[in-house]
Formats: sequence, structure tokens, C-alpha cells
Amino acid sequence: MNAPAPLTEALRASAAPLDSTVLVVPGMHCAGCMAKVERAFGGLPGVHAARVNLTARQVRVEHDPAVREPALVAALAEAGFASQPRGEELAPPPSAVKPLLAPLAVAGFACMNVMLLSVSIWSGADGSTKHLFHWLSAMIGVPAIVYAGMPFFTSAWAALRHWRTNMDVPISIGVVTATGLSLYETAMGGQHAWFDGTLMLLLFLLAGRVLDAMMRDRARAGVDALLRQAAPGAMVVGRTGAIEWVAARDLVPGMVMRVAAGERLAADGTIATGQSKFDQSLLTGESAPVMMRPGDPVHAGTLNLDAPVDVTVTAAGADTSLAEIARLMESAGQVRSRYVRIADRASRLYAPAVHTLAAVTLSGWLIAGLGLHQSLVIAIAVLIITCPCALGLAVPVAQVVASGALMRAGIMVKDGAALERLASIDRALLDKTGTLTLGRPLPDPASLAALGAEEAAVALALASHSRHPLSRALAEALGAAGYEAAVLTDVTEEPGRGVLATWQGQAVALRRPDSASGIATALVIGDRPVRLIAFADRLRPDAEQALAELKALGIEATILSGDNAGAVAEVSRATGLTAQAGASPVDKQAAIARLQAAGHKVLMAGDGLNDGPALAAANASIAPGSASDAGRQAADLVFLGDSLLALPRGVRAARRTMAVVKQNFVLAIGYNALAVPLAMAGYVTPLIAAIAMSTSSLIVIANSLRLYGAAR
Amino acid sequence: MNGLVVLIPVALGLGLLGLVTFFWALKRGQFEDLDGAAARILIDEEDDRPA
Repeated sequence: MNAPAPLTEALRASAAPLDSTVLVVPGMHCAGCMAKVERAFGGLPGVHAARVNLTARQVRVEHDPAVREPALVAALAEAGFASQPRGEELAPPPSAVKPLLAPLAVAGFACMNVMLLSVSIWSGADGSTKHLFHWLSAMIGVPAIVYAGMPFFTSAWAALRHWRTNMDVPISIGVVTATGLSLYETAMGGQHAWFDGTLMLLLFLLAGRVLDAMMRDRARAGVDALLRQAAPGAMVVGRTGAIEWVAARDLVPGMVMRVAAGERLAADGTIATGQSKFDQSLLTGESAPVMMRPGDPVHAGTLNLDAPVDVTVTAAGADTSLAEIARLMESAGQVRSRYVRIADRASRLYAPAVHTLAAVTLSGWLIAGLGLHQSLVIAIAVLIITCPCALGLAVPVAQVVASGALMRAGIMVKDGAALERLASIDRALLDKTGTLTLGRPLPDPASLAALGAEEAAVALALASHSRHPLSRALAEALGAAGYEAAVLTDVTEEPGRGVLATWQGQAVALRRPDSASGIATALVIGDRPVRLIAFADRLRPDAEQALAELKALGIEATILSGDNAGAVAEVSRATGLTAQAGASPVDKQAAIARLQAAGHKVLMAGDGLNDGPALAAANASIAPGSASDAGRQAADLVFLGDSLLALPRGVRAARRTMAVVKQNFVLAIGYNALAVPLAMAGYVTPLIAAIAMSTSSLIVIANSLRLYGAAR
Repeated sequence: MNGLVVLIPVALGLGLLGLVTFFWALKRGQFEDLDGAAARILIDEEDDRPA
């Protein structure tokens, strides 16, 4: 609708087959962004239409086959949006909500119409009118119940076939028997039909399911939208010297990739020409960059810090060194797959109790001398009144409200079970690089403070011309400090050396220092003394407060890092936590298994690929948004932004959610406990059942809404 | 009673119409991007950029 007009016309005019590319644009969050993104493709030749999906943070571009992905990404970059082509493995998983929407709509429609008819019966319609209304209800109700009840029937049947039971079994039994009895009553011209109650039950239960699925879909879309860390492709040098962009999945051993400074490797390889420092922190947790020379092996996912290098691919895709970690992760998820969700645990106790009650009622009335038909009517009233209507809402509504609150606070929850597991945590293991620390080099505040205003302005201007990670960090820090860029002329970037320019007739440069310990950059202005700006990875802001809050929550935290002992000891001193250094992925997994064996519930916070197995093995896990692909996929929660306060905030919200869920159970079961004696005594009519069901559901929803501010 | 003969089919028909419309919207993918639909109304149509 809002696609620029020329595009739609061009689309109509063209008959050639179009390619469509989906780009993931994580930075898009408002109407202005949508317009900018869609218009960014407006001037691009060969592009016919662009349509943003804001929920999924994606844009679908229809274009001529000649237009390649990098051109599209570049067009977006010009508009100020980082983007990445969506790989096949990133295609959205089938939505859990969609198959439930149609049954929900049908149940809603049928419930309202049948309820209308029932209200007239309750207000006194009698004789042939009542009979007619019952038949009408049956005609609307039976097909609607069959259709809307399908999700429950199939799930219950699947469970029964394996000699198990779940929440859907009592629901299905209740629904089927109530429908059957109502049909019989209608045919016989009896007093009561229960179509309204049955449909209302299905409506409330479906609403609960939809909420649960919606939460999962939403969080997954958010996580998918974050940028992938492993480069999805590389510039490959052909035999003729021509450079061409090749997607990661098409890389084969023997190809030569040209990797610019600031790029991540798309595949494992050995360096062919050039030398550069590589940041391997995502892979090993090692914080210090490693110098690599021709012949040295480098791994996919590592970041080239310094200079462009040519890398000969030795392994790509599934063969990379990441495969080993992926295998570890697969086998590590056992604790979680064994976890039984609280709703299922409740139904294990609840379902037998309900069925026993109904059976007792039936046999009791039979023994008391009432006819089989009368006794059956009363027993089914018991089944309907106890059907876990509010129970079906008790968990999902609370979790949806809480995860919505967390999402507003920048914490994305993958599913409701994650909140349940997070609430029981009593031990936390924190990775160092990238989790406790920011995981990227930041300019040392002392050396920034030493710069004069003019020097800072020149440094900012120079840094803003480079994509080098150090330059970007410097530009960000100086920009945040309120400096304005000086006006430069003749700006050139020499890969591996730095940025050179002219400022007020003097040669200025931001370049690699001649000698420095650690990471640093040198600022040269004319013949003034050379300024050295040191860089270091720093603790996240609020790290101390976050750790203190965790402690107050009764969670003991320790550091579990793959970095060398020296670097870990420094952070350990700064935070006052005990630490284990030099831990391999297997060591981390073992450390968690030890704690779990001692009866602890472990929270793992980590970002790297090396944390992947530990994240999957822990009872609950959280990763920063800057984490590696594997880290984000394995983690239950992903937090955006730099603040580590997300950890205590998440735990607090999870605990409050569990408290509310338990209150909901008490409310729902308590309500049933009041209604069951009435039902067993035979006093419950469809009218009473309808009132009881909707009131208890409303109470449960209202109680859950108290979680709106849970993430504060 | 005569009124009912007209009114009940009318009521059911209107309800069915709503249901059919919902199914149509569902099929057309109108529930794919709820956040986007909410934001789209705020986009300025006028394009001040030279096309």
C-alpha cells in the first residue's frame, strides 16, 4: 500500500521473472524506519518492489535476477540500516499461532451465537421454541466443536496412543461426552443442552494456547532478526584475479577469500598472503587478539582486526571447527528436554482427580437409585464444571504478560518453559569475555581525556572514515563525549596502516602505532607529539550492581572462562567472584554437570561459541544480543543493550511469574472446589456452568495482568 | 414466533459473514505483520526525494 508508486507500476509493467530476496534488518523499529527502508530501494535499478515486515524485522525485495545481494545490502547501508540476507537456515520456523487462529475464530463465532440462543432459553423460552433453539444450537455447535476441538483431540489421541496422559485428555473426554449428551438431550427433547458451555470451554482454552504460541513466535522472530555473527559469505578471488561475492554455503575448500579488516571469516582456512591480528574471543573466550601469519590456520567466526588478508578455504559449512561444538551442543540439551512444564505437572495430578470425581458421582447416584440417564447428566456436569478452563489460562496468560514486560525491558524470552526454569535458579556461571565484559575493545578513558579538543575533533573525523573496529569504537566514544568532527580533506584509508588526511594544511593520521603493548592506535597531527590511544575490553556497565543484586536474590555467581588465567584473575579481582580459567567447552559442560549433580539449578550466562554446549546444558541460560549465533540459539533468554542488570531483572521477573502462576492455580482450583459439590449434588445447570467458567477465567486473567510491570 | 423465522437466519448470516471475512483475511496474510500494520499508518506518503 505504501510502496512507492513508481515501483508498483514497474512491477506491473515487467513480465520477466523476478527474484525475491529477504533481508534481515534488525535496526528497524518504527514507521519512519519502514518508510526509509522501503524507499532505500526506490532509486536502485532492477528493483521492482520492497515490502517490510516489521514483526519479523525483514524486508522482501522483488528484483531482477541480475541484482545481487551485496547491492541491496549496500543500498540499505546508505540509508543507515545494517542488514543481512536471510540464510535458508534462518527462514522463519512455521508459526505456531497460525494453525490455531482459525479454530479460535470458529469457536468464538459459534460460542456467541449459541450463547445468544441459550440466554433466551434461560430467560424462559419454552416448549417448541426451546426445542427449536436446542436444535439450532446443535447445528451450529456440533460442527464447530469438531473443528475447534481438533487441536485438543489430536494431541490427546497422540498421548493416549503412547499410554500417556496430558492436559488435553481430560479436556477431550469432557468435550466429547458433553457434546454427545447434549445431542441425545436435544433429540429426546430434554431439559438441558451443554453446547454453550462446551464451546466456551474450547474458546477459553484456545485463547490460552494462542497466547502461548504467540509468545514463542514473537521471541523467535526477535532472536532471528539479530544479526548473524558468522559472515554469510565472502569476497572470493578468482583465478583471473576478479573478485566475486560468494555465499557461505557455496564456499568450497581451495577458494581464496579476501577478508577486509573488520570482517568475520565465513569459513575455516589458512592465511595465504598478508598478516593480521584476529579476535578469537567468540570461539575460545581468549580476549587478546592473536597475530596470524601466512600458513597459520584461522577459524570461521573469528574477526579480522587489522589488515586485509587472503585466506585459502580448508573447510566450509558443516565441516568447520564449529561442527565439533555443534555436536557437543546437541548432546547437551538433556536436562532441558527432561524438564516437565508446570501445566503438565499440574494436569498429571488434576486429570485423575477429576475423572475419579465424575466416576464417584455417577456410581453414587446410581447406587442412590437415580436412573442411568439422570446420573450420567450429573456426572457430565461434574466433568464440565471441573474442566481446566481457568487452568488452561493460568500459565500462558501469566507468562505472556511477563515476557511482554521483559521484552519491553530488552530481554527476549524464547518460551514459557524458560521462565519456569529460570525461576528455580540458585547458582550462576558467567563467562568473562563478552558477557561480564563488553567483548569489544573500547578506548581507554584516560587516554581520551588526555586529548585536547582539537585533537579529539581530528581523531573523531579520521575514525569516522574507517570501518576498522578500533576506529568505530573510537568514533563512538568521542561522539558520545560530545565532540564534533573536524573538516578534513584528501582522506584515504590504507589497509593495515590507518586513515590519512589533511587538516588545515597539516598531514594528520590515525594509524597503527610503531610499538605498543596491547591494542592501541596512534594519532598523528602535523609535527605535534604522537598521541597513543590505548584500547581494552572493559567490564559491562552495572556489572557490580548486577552481581550484587544476584547475590541478594540468593544466587551465587562464579566466573567460568576460556581465557587465560591472567586475564581472568584481573576480572575476578574487579568483581570479587571466584573464577575458573582456561576452560574448554567440555570443561564448562562438566562444571555445570557437577553443580547439577550436587542439586543446584544452574544459570549459564555466556556469548561465545565455546559457551554453546554449556548454555544448552544449564537449567537456564542467557546470552547478550552481541553473542555468537550458536550462543543465541542455545540460550533461553537474549538481552539487548550493554547492561548486565538484565540477569537479576530476568530472574526476578521469572520468580514473580511463577508466584502468579501458582496463585492462578490456587484461584482456579479453589473455584472448582466450590462448584464441584454443587455439581455432584446435581444442582449445576448450563447457566451456572457458564457463569462459573467465565468468572474463574476472568479472575485468573486479571491476576496475571499484575505482571505488567514485572521487569522493572 | 414469525419474527424469529426471519431474525434467526439474519443473525446467523451476519455472524457467518464475519467468520468468512476473518478466514479471507487470514488467507490473504493480513495477520503476518501486526506491528507493521500498526506502524504503516504513520508513514508519510509524500516522497520529497527525486525519484
